[in-house]
Amino acid sequence: MEIVHVYSKLRSEFGRQCLFSDRPAELLLDLPPDPSLTLSFIQKSPRDQAVQACWETSEHQVNTERFETTSCGINHMEGGWPKDINPAEMEQTIRVRKKVEKDESFINSVLQLGSVMEHCIRQNNAVDIYQECFEDEEVVEEIQEPPSAKTVNIFRDPNEIKRTVTSLSWQPDGGRKLAVAYSCLEFQKSSKDISLDSYIWDIGGSERPQIDLTPHQDQYVHCTMFSVSENPNRPEMMLKPTSPLVCLDYNPKDSHTLVGGSYNGQIAFWDTRKGNQPVEFSSLEHSHRDPVYKIIWLQSKTGTDAFSASTDGQVLWWDVRKLAEPTECLVLDPSREGNLDQALGATSLEFEPTMPTKFMVGTEQGLVISCNRKAKTPAEKIVCTYDSHHGPIYALQRNPFFPKNFLTVGDWTARIWSEDIKESSIMCTKYQMSYLTDACWSPVRPSVFFTVKMDGVLDVWDILFKQSDPTLSLKVCDNSLYSLSVQDNGRLVACGSQLGEATLLEICSGLSNLQKNEKSLLAAMFERESKREKILEARQREVRLKERSRSEQSREEEAGREEGEEDPKQLIARAESDFYSLVEAEVKRREKKDEVMKVRRKKKSFSFGSFNSVLTAFWSFIFQEKDICEEKDVKDEEQRGTSE
Amino acid sequence: MAEVEETLKRIQGQKGVQGIIVANSEGIPIKSTLDNSSTVQYAGLIHQLVMKARSTIRDIDPQNDLTFMRVRSKKNEIMIAPDKDFFLIVI
Repeated sequence: MEIVHVYSKLRSEFGRQCLFSDRPAELLLDLPPDPSLTLSFIQKSPRDQAVQACWETSEHQVNTERFETTSCGINHMEGGWPKDINPAEMEQTIRVRKKVEKDESFINSVLQLGSVMEHCIRQNNAVDIYQECFEDEEVVEEIQEPPSAKTVNIFRDPNEIKRTVTSLSWQPDGGRKLAVAYSCLEFQKSSKDISLDSYIWDIGGSERPQIDLTPHQDQYVHCTMFSVSENPNRPEMMLKPTSPLVCLDYNPKDSHTLVGGSYNGQIAFWDTRKGNQPVEFSSLEHSHRDPVYKIIWLQSKTGTDAFSASTDGQVLWWDVRKLAEPTECLVLDPSREGNLDQALGATSLEFEPTMPTKFMVGTEQGLVISCNRKAKTPAEKIVCTYDSHHGPIYALQRNPFFPKNFLTVGDWTARIWSEDIKESSIMCTKYQMSYLTDACWSPVRPSVFFTVKMDGVLDVWDILFKQSDPTLSLKVCDNSLYSLSVQDNGRLVACGSQLGEATLLEICSGLSNLQKNEKSLLAAMFERESKREKILEARQREVRLKERSRSEQSREEEAGREEGEEDPKQLIARAESDFYSLVEAEVKRREKKDEVMKVRRKKKSFSFGSFNSVLTAFWSFIFQEKDICEEKDVKDEEQRGTSE
Repeated sequence: MAEVEETLKRIQGQKGVQGIIVANSEGIPIKSTLDNSSTVQYAGLIHQLVMKARSTIRDIDPQNDLTFMRVRSKKNEIMIAPDKDFFLIVI
């Protein structure tokens, strides 16, 4: 019911002065209470009502502006001399000194202080009050604390336009420095203004003063070496190549030299003692034709050999003293013909110093190629291939403790392989939510490896502890993480992100200290998994042989059938029909069996029950609901049967 | 005078003592067994340290005063005995 009161005013009266007048109240509407409405309400009593009397407060956060500090030394000059004495002149100082010495208070105080001091010195000599007691006692077994890792430092790309951290390399022998390569890997997304540098950062703890090299804001890309130092804002050193560096590696024998592979395919060699510019770089004609995705130093007598891999399908060996031409070249052609057109692009490379003649290459197509360097002909160089992932293999590394097993990462899983088994991996993680971009083993614990993903998460996997999930999963940053590197001591992990941030994390001691029996347990695990795979492989082969012999027989029988392959559609249709007929036969058999069971009321064995559950899974997927209900009834009866 | 010398010699003769410096309240080294540059450095820096320490102790409790200070480092230990006008530094 609408209550409307209409006010009307003449147009000419608009703007006229308001003249108010009194009027008695007019009853417009009278709504009597309607008791029937109370039936739609329930009375609630007693009621609780909290009342608080306090003053209002509000929260406010303030962050001060970043304050940049520099530390420098101060030189002390002598001071405190009386004004008329010139401290440089020996005579005057000696005169002052002599005068003071004659002063009586001097003599008294020295005597007094001397006795006090003597007392303390004698104390020192009698007992070393600062000695370390209980040093030799064994370290008590630490309580198993939950695994953790904390961020120690974050190094940000000082340039305005952020580039992706594509590769990280720790300095060998203690690793105080971290070399980080920056480049923009997205196709044609790099603008003219982005800096080409990569940096070396110092991880703190260095005693010598930092030499600040001002960044040269040109069109050149600098390589900065990030040192994790007291100053995480400024890199310790910059490396300036002619084209952005995609990968970088410190020489394990000489901690001052580095070799880097750049976006345009050139290889460059730096010596940090000699400055920012590369000492040498390879000529354009003989380098790779695509970005160099991985470059690793080799073990050699001269310590100057390195090899690099790129998506143009070549693996080139270089001697860094003479970078004009590669010393050797291998074309990754799986048909072993050395045909560059058929070659597969390489995205990762693997080399283990304990096996200097063998190395492995991970390709864009998801194939891992194991090669032998010492083979006489190029055809023999490629030993075998492993078909591993659905996408490019971004990381490939042998387990430092068990070189026969290696880890590959690509698409959404990380897989562990055994060299002998070529069909499939011995262990595989679940399919993760996002793409895995890099992985590496921990150098101290054989069962721990780290992976980074595109959603910015760093996972630490301990396969002795838990195989289905990462032991520790940390969200490092909001954008994707592209690269990862563990320091030789196994405690510090550096990961690089898409926006140029290199985050340094320290892993808890539980994950970075070798546990008892770890090696033997892990060896047993690998053995077990490899055996399983071998058995499966053997079985597969048997099945295939049978199929082949069967198909050969059927081909002989039917003359009319076309030779050669059926096209995929026919195959699929045939497979489907086979499957359905098998399943239906199974259903009928089971129904018959159930009837028999009902009659006999035999107890079922557990294995039958599990077989049932597997089949029910299949059936529920295929059949309509009606059948599922049928199935459920059958299942209930079975359960009743088992319980009885 | 001779007693002063004797005292200092005795201290110097103790095992583990590397050097002695006697400095006045302004930080000027009066007597020293170390070379000039080290002496000056030690006297100046330690003077400041002693002043700071003394004022700290006094701030916390005005009745208290600094009697002795040991600064133990990785390589050696510096012992400082302060007085009203002078202080004795032993390394």
